[in-house]
Amino acid sequence: MTFINYAAREINCKIVYYGPGLGGKTTNIQWIHEKTRPDSKGKLISLATETDRTLFFDFLPIELGTIRGFRTRFHLYTVPGQVFYDASRKLILKGVDGVVFVADSQEMRRDANVESAENLKTNLRDNGYDLATLPYVLQLNKRDLPGALPVERLAADLRLKDEPTVEAVATKGIGVFDTLKTIIRLVLNDLRRR
Amino acid sequence: MPRTNLVILEQDYERFIAMLEQLCTNANARFVFLLDKNGQHIASSGDLVSVDPTALASLAAGSVAATEGLAGLVGDQEFSTLFHEGRSDSLHLSTVADKAILVVSFDERSSLGLVRLRVSQATPALANVVTEVVRRSDAPRAEALAVTPLGDLTDADIDRLFG
Repeated sequence: MTFINYAAREINCKIVYYGPGLGGKTTNIQWIHEKTRPDSKGKLISLATETDRTLFFDFLPIELGTIRGFRTRFHLYTVPGQVFYDASRKLILKGVDGVVFVADSQEMRRDANVESAENLKTNLRDNGYDLATLPYVLQLNKRDLPGALPVERLAADLRLKDEPTVEAVATKGIGVFDTLKTIIRLVLNDLRRR
Repeated sequence: MPRTNLVILEQDYERFIAMLEQLCTNANARFVFLLDKNGQHIASSGDLVSVDPTALASLAAGSVAATEGLAGLVGDQEFSTLFHEGRSDSLHLSTVADKAILVVSFDERSSLGLVRLRVSQATPALANVVTEVVRRSDAPRAEALAVTPLGDLTDADIDRLFG
């Protein structure tokens, strides 16, 4: 649900990074936080366990600029990837305007990717969303690791529709902003149509 | 209807501010803060100088969402009020018209009893405006377009955002 505030002259959109545990969702957000100008970002909030696993969510607000005099702000959230945090994932998807699925390219994480993508479909449906019309980007992360599967094979496993696919190495920032720009473009185009 | 926009017009904002200012005074609160359930800051009043409103909105929404999840687990529809007691500052959170969250921050100059009373007195009027805003935002496209700045957004507008 995009929030348009005429009094504050702001448009606020919510983007959720989804995917299996240890896939790089938080790393994406941390990179964006690190590389974004101080005046264009808010506080990075991480609700994590003592071992730095996401417990509830990470949250980073960023601001891109103005459209028709309205500041465009994007609230970036990650979900906890571990399977047993499903109730939290469902809550975080509420009000979402766009989803980035961060897949782990390693062969040994193939089942975890597929399970998480299925879980995303279920949780979107349970929240009343239609994936066919929701802005959605697939990020293939960890492309630098030796066990990375070919892009075609990952795409065959994980593509949920004709979504854009971005290759990434989030620890080095590769593909992180490409992914962000792609989902933002989709969200704004979607807003125009709505 | 999740794929709609929530649109706050200036007149809505002014009405919210008037009600929040009154509540802040009546409850002897540090600040009062209204957000939507998805974590978007709508309006606030009082001393927010040392508070990041975006972060507060996100965390308050997460807290209420998690508590509602808990309520569902134990068979209740919702726990409509949350209270966090600190050493000097406390937070009272309550839902408004099932769409918004009202946060009241207070210290030793007030009390939980007073805050609860003032919140219960202020909530019906706040709920009326929230309901009106939601109803308008859910209206058919033609009506919604009349109040959105994005209906005629162009590719060039989007390109400009990325410099």
